[in-house]
Amino acid sequence: MASPFTVHEGVAAPLMLDNVDTDQIIPSREMKAVSRDGLSVGLFAGWRYVSAESREPQADFVLNKPAFRDASVLIAGENFGCGSSREHAVWALAEFGIRAIVAKSFGAIFRDNCVRNGILPIGLPSEDVQAIAVQAVSGARVCIDLPDQTMTCGDHQYAFDIDAYAKRLLVGGLDPIGLTQSRSGEISAFLDRDRAARPWIYGS
Amino acid sequence: MAQTIFDKLWQAHRIADAGDGADLIAIDRVMLHERTGGVALKSLAEAGQPVLAPERAFAIMDHIVSFRAGRGRDESRSPGGETFITQTRAMAKAAGIHLIDTDDARQGIVHVVAPELGLAVPGASIVCPDSHTCSLGALGALAWGIGSSEAEHALATGALRVTKPIQKRVCFNGHLGTGVTAKDAALHLISLHGSGGGARAAIEFAGSAVEAMDIEARLTLCNLAVEFAAFTAVIAPDDKVFAYLQGRPYAPDNELWSRAEASWRALHTDDDAAFDDEIEIDAGDIAPTVSWGTSPEEAVPVTGHVPSDARPAALSYMGLSAGAKLDQLPIDGVFIGSCTNGRLSDLRAAGDVLRGRQVAEGVRAICVPGSQSVLRAAEAEGLDKVFRQAGFEWGSPGCAMCFYAGGETFPPGARVVSSTNRNFEGRQGPGVRTHLASPATVAASAVAGRIADARMFAPMDAVS
Ligand code: SF4
Repeated sequence: MASPFTVHEGVAAPLMLDNVDTDQIIPSREMKAVSRDGLSVGLFAGWRYVSAESREPQADFVLNKPAFRDASVLIAGENFGCGSSREHAVWALAEFGIRAIVAKSFGAIFRDNCVRNGILPIGLPSEDVQAIAVQAVSGARVCIDLPDQTMTCGDHQYAFDIDAYAKRLLVGGLDPIGLTQSRSGEISAFLDRDRAARPWIYGS
Repeated sequence: MAQTIFDKLWQAHRIADAGDGADLIAIDRVMLHERTGGVALKSLAEAGQPVLAPERAFAIMDHIVSFRAGRGRDESRSPGGETFITQTRAMAKAAGIHLIDTDDARQGIVHVVAPELGLAVPGASIVCPDSHTCSLGALGALAWGIGSSEAEHALATGALRVTKPIQKRVCFNGHLGTGVTAKDAALHLISLHGSGGGARAAIEFAGSAVEAMDIEARLTLCNLAVEFAAFTAVIAPDDKVFAYLQGRPYAPDNELWSRAEASWRALHTDDDAAFDDEIEIDAGDIAPTVSWGTSPEEAVPVTGHVPSDARPAALSYMGLSAGAKLDQLPIDGVFIGSCTNGRLSDLRAAGDVLRGRQVAEGVRAICVPGSQSVLRAAEAEGLDKVFRQAGFEWGSPGCAMCFYAGGETFPPGARVVSSTNRNFEGRQGPGVRTHLASPATVAASAVAGRIADARMFAPMDAVS
């Protein structure tokens, strides 16, 4: 599914707001099609455009500034991606090209959704997030080494935690369903044995 | 090696090591409801993933269906909720899974319906994107609540990746006193050991008081395990469970029954099996219990007082002061229903209090049976009349006022005694103050117009 995440180097865009919710990441009016594609134009639509109809870029918005237009990393405040569990928020970010988000904390479901869609959520203390944002504004790129669990920005290196399973999914470019389906041989062998042992579970 | 019942359930479903400390666990039944089911099925369809075993997946309409008597087929209690109903219906049909629609004679709250239909049987692994799925452990099932994306995972692969939880045993020894129920036992446990007391644990409920409970009471007890932060709960299946299940639509039939029963009889904890923790409670110490605060651990006997060290935030939300006597608090509303206490025995217990009595003036009283089957059984024995004559509204089955989903509810600041499971801020509506209690306590409170001890309300036919 998602491409494997090992070492990533790119531009980091600071969006230093707390409690950015999934409705701000992708407003529900932007989720017109019943599909996960084509959502990136609606990413942060409420902030990115002067009006939803004209799509005229709002010049002040960070992702519209020439320096950050090609950002692949977002730097955010606390509780990023809180609110409703809509996965569209992550699909929109992924399609836009975001590979990692650095924040003090994340909405729990949003964080899981990131991992399922190849986006690395990095939680760091707020001083570190601030320091990285300052560096990013002055033009420093970030380099993230997921196998090593480190992130470098300017002359600073930051170590981050990530649970082993999330790391495995991201490094392998795997989604959880695909990962389990890779064991389908074992699953069907189990089902064959179990169907004989407990036929009442399987009905007729 | 000696095993607990939970070890046996786990082992029977363990397909393989899933790495990072987790196991790949086979899922026998996936239950869906309209609040998230349609979305999960749609998202799978979009990803081109078929449902692996549609014959073992069930969608039920319960969470946001209207509870208005005589409701329409797509009518929701939640503004804009019709889409969830129609979408879940359409997606369930497209995926070829079982559908128990709003107008189906089997409809009701998913955790009430699963035992009724014999979908929950001992030894079955059952998941549903609703935290109170743990109720089904009452029948000896391995059942737990999951998130919506895990529901997709289980539907697509027939398995889930799960880390085996720690294990605790809670023994209720001795006997529950007269007028003391499984709901009181659970609230008592949580008030003693905290709402985090069962964190991440699989809890086995045991002891003579649990053995003495009927199946419906056991469902109530296990239902509240998640309010104890447990992964799930389980009770060793016994003859009562087998008698309850025999003849139910999805339970094994004649030919398979004896084989199934023989395997179910092995589902008990071996004598020397070890738990990570054991809690012993003398059932005789338990009083009818009522929550006063905004966490289920903030509960005391109905004759008790708000503790002197009560949390200020809870006091302020609940409009109470420390030391207040619970059974003197005037109330504005009551609700009887939910997967905790919306079954026939719950309605009977409330009916015994209400028969020949009247709801106090100014109290809005609502009863919503947990399923169509409960509703039919209650009406067959005239319980609907008892409730209606007492001044209760009698609704159509569903989750109803267990949780606020927009739409109509009690007004802000209303003090409500409720047979449900959660008393968090806003759970029943903005500013609504929920007191959790057993159905009998709820009924007695409705009559008294204040929180009341049901033991003071002997059935009228016994009084006269
Ligand atoms: S009755 Fe309440 S707790 Fe039970 S399933 Fe419905 S919403 Fe959940």
